Amino acid sequence: MRLLRIVPDDTKFDFMRFRRISFPISAIMSILAISLYFFHGLNFGIDFKGGMLIEVQTKQGAADLATMRATLSALELGEVQLQQFGAPNDVLIRIAEQPGGDAAQQVAVNKVRGALGNQMEYRRVEVVGPRVSGELLSYGIIGLMMAIFCILIYVWFRFEWQFALGAMIANVHDLVLTIGFMSLTRIDFDLTSIAALLTILGYSLNDTVVIYDRIREMLRRYKRMTMADLLNISVNATLSRSIITHVTVTLALLALLLFGGQAIHSFTATMMFGVVLVGTYTSIFIAAPILIYLGVGTGRDTLSSSDQDKS
Amino acid sequence: MLYFTRWKMAAILCTVFAVCLFAVPNFLPTTMVNSWPEWAQRHVVLGLDLQGGSHILLEVDSKSVHKEMLETLRDDVRRVLREARIGYTGLVVRGNSVEVRIREGQNSGQAQEKLQTLSQPLGGILSATGHRNVDIASEPNSLFRLTLTDPAIVERVRQAVDQSIQIIERRVNELGTVEPLIQRQGTDRILVQVPGLQDPTRLKQLLGKTAKLDFHMVDTSVPAQQAAQGHVPPDDEILYSASAPKIPYLVEKRVLVSGADLTDAQPGFDPRTSEPIVSFRFNTSGARKFARVTQENVGKPFAIVLDNQVISAPVIREPILGGSGQISGNFTVQSANDLAILLRAGALPAPLTIIEERTVGPGLGADSIAQGKISSYFGAAMVVLFMFVTYGLFGLFANIAVAVNVAMIFGVLSMLNATLTLPGIAGIVLTVGIAVDSNVLIYERIREEVRGGRTPINAIDAGFSRALATILDSNITTFIAAAVLFYIGTGPVRGFAVTLGIGIITTVFTAFTLTRLIVAYWVRWRRPQRVPI
Repeated sequence: MRLLRIVPDDTKFDFMRFRRISFPISAIMSILAISLYFFHGLNFGIDFKGGMLIEVQTKQGAADLATMRATLSALELGEVQLQQFGAPNDVLIRIAEQPGGDAAQQVAVNKVRGALGNQMEYRRVEVVGPRVSGELLSYGIIGLMMAIFCILIYVWFRFEWQFALGAMIANVHDLVLTIGFMSLTRIDFDLTSIAALLTILGYSLNDTVVIYDRIREMLRRYKRMTMADLLNISVNATLSRSIITHVTVTLALLALLLFGGQAIHSFTATMMFGVVLVGTYTSIFIAAPILIYLGVGTGRDTLSSSDQDKS
Repeated sequence: MLYFTRWKMAAILCTVFAVCLFAVPNFLPTTMVNSWPEWAQRHVVLGLDLQGGSHILLEVDSKSVHKEMLETLRDDVRRVLREARIGYTGLVVRGNSVEVRIREGQNSGQAQEKLQTLSQPLGGILSATGHRNVDIASEPNSLFRLTLTDPAIVERVRQAVDQSIQIIERRVNELGTVEPLIQRQGTDRILVQVPGLQDPTRLKQLLGKTAKLDFHMVDTSVPAQQAAQGHVPPDDEILYSASAPKIPYLVEKRVLVSGADLTDAQPGFDPRTSEPIVSFRFNTSGARKFARVTQENVGKPFAIVLDNQVISAPVIREPILGGSGQISGNFTVQSANDLAILLRAGALPAPLTIIEERTVGPGLGADSIAQGKISSYFGAAMVVLFMFVTYGLFGLFANIAVAVNVAMIFGVLSMLNATLTLPGIAGIVLTVGIAVDSNVLIYERIREEVRGGRTPINAIDAGFSRALATILDSNITTFIAAAVLFYIGTGPVRGFAVTLGIGIITTVFTAFTLTRLIVAYWVRWRRPQRVPI
């Protein structure tokens, strides 16, 4: 049986040369992502913003959005969003946080239940009060920071500090681009988004560490090779693995994206972007080449370094 | 790397087998599993997002606990000074303190001595924390300021949460649901998770009521309507009826008998009107108090007050000596039943506020399970197929390892009695994608070593030993992320962290043991001349 070879043996792409393009691209993308965040903002879900999310299904026939909207706006609950999703009888109702503290939220939910009556099946009701939402947000941010910090420490222990710094820059780059993606697509930013971001962090690092492991091995084996060549060899050697692994992860994510349903849709979409699109690119085009700038192997014999000549 | 002693092999296979066995109860009917010993019954619990149910986070109103503590302290000061016959003026609650001014000419030294008895060491005499519940400051002009200490307030809130948990347990158990979870969260919060509820409205009603029941006399000296508009006599207060229209009642502040003296409450029907009622019974001291009060006040109305609302205000026709009675007041069968539940369970020490609610209906839960299943099957099938197409026989080995991996994840989840949520299923699907990564790392390394000119067996050996270090390094980073997520996450998200973390451990385990074992056996059996990948 002939086996599938996605990446041919002994590839010799000059990934390091590409850094003259990839670094500026990444810089521009990151700036774009940050400005998206600041000027376009994130579509905070109720986890972080507080408020209500009610998923109803009409028991008979398609949902009449116009009537429902009229019924609900008569309750004067401030901003009410209705969104049809999935089947024509499924409606998602979002209601902004009510003024008047935690108890006011419950009062509002009861009003909605009363107004919509028994013609609906209440499939999901989520009410997050003002204090909880504030805490969840700060937990999420602290969690992200903590994860970056712990991973940094770990990479620092296992490698040298330059690697740790390189991994962290790659990391933050991934997170920034993913947040930009979330801002652009208006995906709900909630607790599962934090989970997605943390997972992206883990996997992107997983990839980076595999390449770093190889670089470290090569650094020991080839004492006289220039840094750029050495990095190229390392990335090329792990290229087949990177691609194959990302195909399998993509397949798994694709299954979740297609059949996993609405509840985890934003989660999988974010992961798809972060792990598959950004993560792979980052470890090859950012995490590896940046080691040159961070001074890995500066003590080496670099007299014949073509890289040094150019810069 | 490819040599295993017989013992090692046996140990690996036994471990894998044993862990997988733990997953078995999940796939058998519960009736069958129930006859097994306790440890073998452990199984994966479906999260509320999959089986439907309510997650409700309650917060004890610390402010009202604090206020009540201050009022009790004020009453204590009054009692102590009266008992000692010390005159005072201006006994007030101010901020976090109670202030009292001793009348001129009175012995303020003696007053201080008496007040000092109110300051007790916290946590009884045995605890050596050195904190006291009240600080007493003496100021000029015979003014004393008694301040509640922070540790005392914290301690009281903690007690209130403990009591509330017990009472909530009694209330929720009355709903007859399966396996409700009620636990403390942080200092002043209580998490209630009740699976399988269609409509949480009733649950919320049962949780939200303080259910403080008191019996008061109604003051008939002034018409209530008039008092409500003008001045209320100092020892009275205006309370309104629970049912609409809101009727004001002028009620004495003094509590005749309180709900704490109830021993039982049952819903029933009034034999004359066939209206739903709640009948109750007092304990001995409650019965004695109630008998005395009703004897003294025949012909006068008294008010049954629940959470500061008057349920009914019947006129005492004859002394009630038997220590039992009934409450009627526009009940439905359901509300009479609920009130009986609340009275039996007892009053909450402080009001509870719902600060977070997440309810998933059983319909959505069932849909989520179906979606989880389809996406797992589809994802697994795609990955398995891809691995086979890419690595042939070795791909098959990898697929066996992945299958064992998933079985082991279920085994470990069962052992921990862990909760499986929809994001948790996503974590398993992702693990399938990631678990093959360890095999990919090994196989790609073997390919490389073959290209480097090693003999097949040598290449396989080197491939394993070099790749395993990388597998460990790379998986630890993901594990750190999962651990952090577990720490900060709640509910479904925590479920994801659990499966992701366990998946990483089983992945590394199978890569180091099972995959190696399978390949080693294959090598010994076939003595390959070339590596088929």
